[in-house]
Amino acid sequence: MIKNRQGLHARPVMQFVDIANEYEAAISVRKGDQTVDGKSPMEMMLLEATQGTSLRLEAEGLDATEAVEALTGLIERGFDED
Amino acid sequence: MSDTEGVRRGVNAMEILRGIAVSSGVEISHAFLLDTEDVRIPRRTVTASEVPAEVASLHVAFDSTRQNYVDLQANVARSLGEEASAVLGWPIRVLGDEKWKQRFIDRVEQKQLGAAYAVSLTMREYKQKFLQLKDRYISERVQDVYDMERRLLQHLLGRKREHIANLEARVAVVAHDLTPAQTAELEKSGKVLAIATDLGGRTSHTAIVARSWGVPAVVGLGDITARVNGGDTVIIDGTHGVVICNPDEATIEQYRQQRKRLVALGQSLRELRRLPAETVDGETVTLMANIEFPHEAAMSLDRGAAGIGLYRTEFLYLRGNSEPTEEEHYQAYRQVVEAMEGRPVVIRTLDLGADKYTQSRQAEPERNPFLGCRSIRLCLRNLDLFKPQLRAILRVSPLGDVRIMFPLITTLLELRQAKAVLRDAMEDLEEQGIAFRRDLPVGMMIETPAAADTCRAFAREVDFISIGTNDLVQYMLAVDRTNERIASLYSPANPAVIRKVRDIIRTAGRANISVSLCGEMAGDPMFTLLLLGLGLRRFSMTPPDVPEIKKMIRSVTIRHARWAARKVLSFESDREVVNYLRDEARKVLPEAL
Repeated sequence: MIKNRQGLHARPVMQFVDIANEYEAAISVRKGDQTVDGKSPMEMMLLEATQGTSLRLEAEGLDATEAVEALTGLIERGFDED
Repeated sequence: MSDTEGVRRGVNAMEILRGIAVSSGVEISHAFLLDTEDVRIPRRTVTASEVPAEVASLHVAFDSTRQNYVDLQANVARSLGEEASAVLGWPIRVLGDEKWKQRFIDRVEQKQLGAAYAVSLTMREYKQKFLQLKDRYISERVQDVYDMERRLLQHLLGRKREHIANLEARVAVVAHDLTPAQTAELEKSGKVLAIATDLGGRTSHTAIVARSWGVPAVVGLGDITARVNGGDTVIIDGTHGVVICNPDEATIEQYRQQRKRLVALGQSLRELRRLPAETVDGETVTLMANIEFPHEAAMSLDRGAAGIGLYRTEFLYLRGNSEPTEEEHYQAYRQVVEAMEGRPVVIRTLDLGADKYTQSRQAEPERNPFLGCRSIRLCLRNLDLFKPQLRAILRVSPLGDVRIMFPLITTLLELRQAKAVLRDAMEDLEEQGIAFRRDLPVGMMIETPAAADTCRAFAREVDFISIGTNDLVQYMLAVDRTNERIASLYSPANPAVIRKVRDIIRTAGRANISVSLCGEMAGDPMFTLLLLGLGLRRFSMTPPDVPEIKKMIRSVTIRHARWAARKVLSFESDREVVNYLRDEARKVLPEAL
């Protein structure tokens, strides 16, 4: 669940894809029936994940668990805003 | 034949495309492709052997553009701080995303598109995606998409990037759609022979402009921009709505002959210039011109117009980045008023708001632009915008027969408010000792069904009315006239529209005020007989249409017209109306249609 007020705007998207790209695992992010590549700054922006949106993260690969943990943590912390 | 294959193979196969004929005439010329930001994309497709070079140029352009942003970010960080520069990190990441770049490469490799065209096409898709988002913060990133596209194209095209203003030879302009800003640029260049666009309908901006320039135009072609390469030979037949790309010799010859015949017909019509617009039984009709730009005043006189029935003033707002000053308004009006030498000049106040151009510049685009804050509504809410125009119109009034007209008036209150602002402007000028005509005739357009039905009340408070059928038809039939998918539903021949026009003319007659019609209908010879029969005696149309309508009027009697109007009013479908009026017009003037 996206907590920060402005949702996934420019800065949070950058934080998200930067972390996602540190991992080998393929990461997909799902909002409703829309699924995008969690490593793509363009797709993540177009996902329009505003405050209150529920996202589902899926990762596939050796470091999948760590990737999901790191990204979930970022979202839970509200992208360290304010 | 398979149309797309010709293009994909990169050979110059002849292709025939059909669209909507909006401005008659035939031109054979070289294509000039316009895209966003007026950038010319020189080639749409490439041969198989050129693909590797195009892909390589894509890699270079992405790297260079990304580097531009990195440098820019460093500069911004120095001058404005880290916080301000952070947002530039997004385009840097987007451009550095190899997977994303692959989309562009795929288009070049699989469809054999030129690198620049692949960029323009892909970015167009992203722009649309962003514009459809609901969240404003995120949707605003569309600006980055525009910016990335512009920078990528600069790298890809380098010096090949051409601006409209630098055009050297006369060309056929091929575009997705033309914005008012682009047409203003094209107008200045004076190099446009013909126009063909993907989008648009019979009364879209492109169509109106093409007719006023007297250049052939075909719109609503779907994907002509994807089928033509810059420099290809094209035949644009604006009479039949056909565009032929890469025509063979026999076809070119056939069209050359046709062009000769049309030019001869045009000449014979021009000879009518000095003859009055009078029916066979001696009824005089006033034919006026609709103009968009000041220099068209001369063309109007040349075609035999008795005055300017509609001077659109939007060009003033669309040519620069800032709003026009009072002095700029004044100069533009003075030019026309002086050229018309005492003939009437009806200046319509600003009618902007629903068009794409203003929409794209608004923080919050209208959900429903044609029902939104446009035209007089926009002016009454922005007096800083409205007043300089009113002052300029008043200042120019002593120089000739100037009249002012308010667009899109729907309620009496709006009319009264507009007149109050005009009175304010008059008082200000008086205090400042600046000359103007206090008896300047004030009129309004009837463009909404509500205004049409309450026309009698309006007629008591204005000096004249003008029926704007383009918008009236759109509002009555609930059809967006620029939507090509439902273009066939947009019909001035609809019986409801014809009855409404009849009622307005009748009411104005009873109130003893002047009524004119300035929609596209006025310049269509098919409707001349009907409108005369309904009692209309003032027509206003694009200057090139004047001779043909005059010829039509000079060939009929009012008796015939009244009879035809009665007949038309008995019809129940627009098809019957069109068939009947077309037959009648053909009988009168076979070469007209």
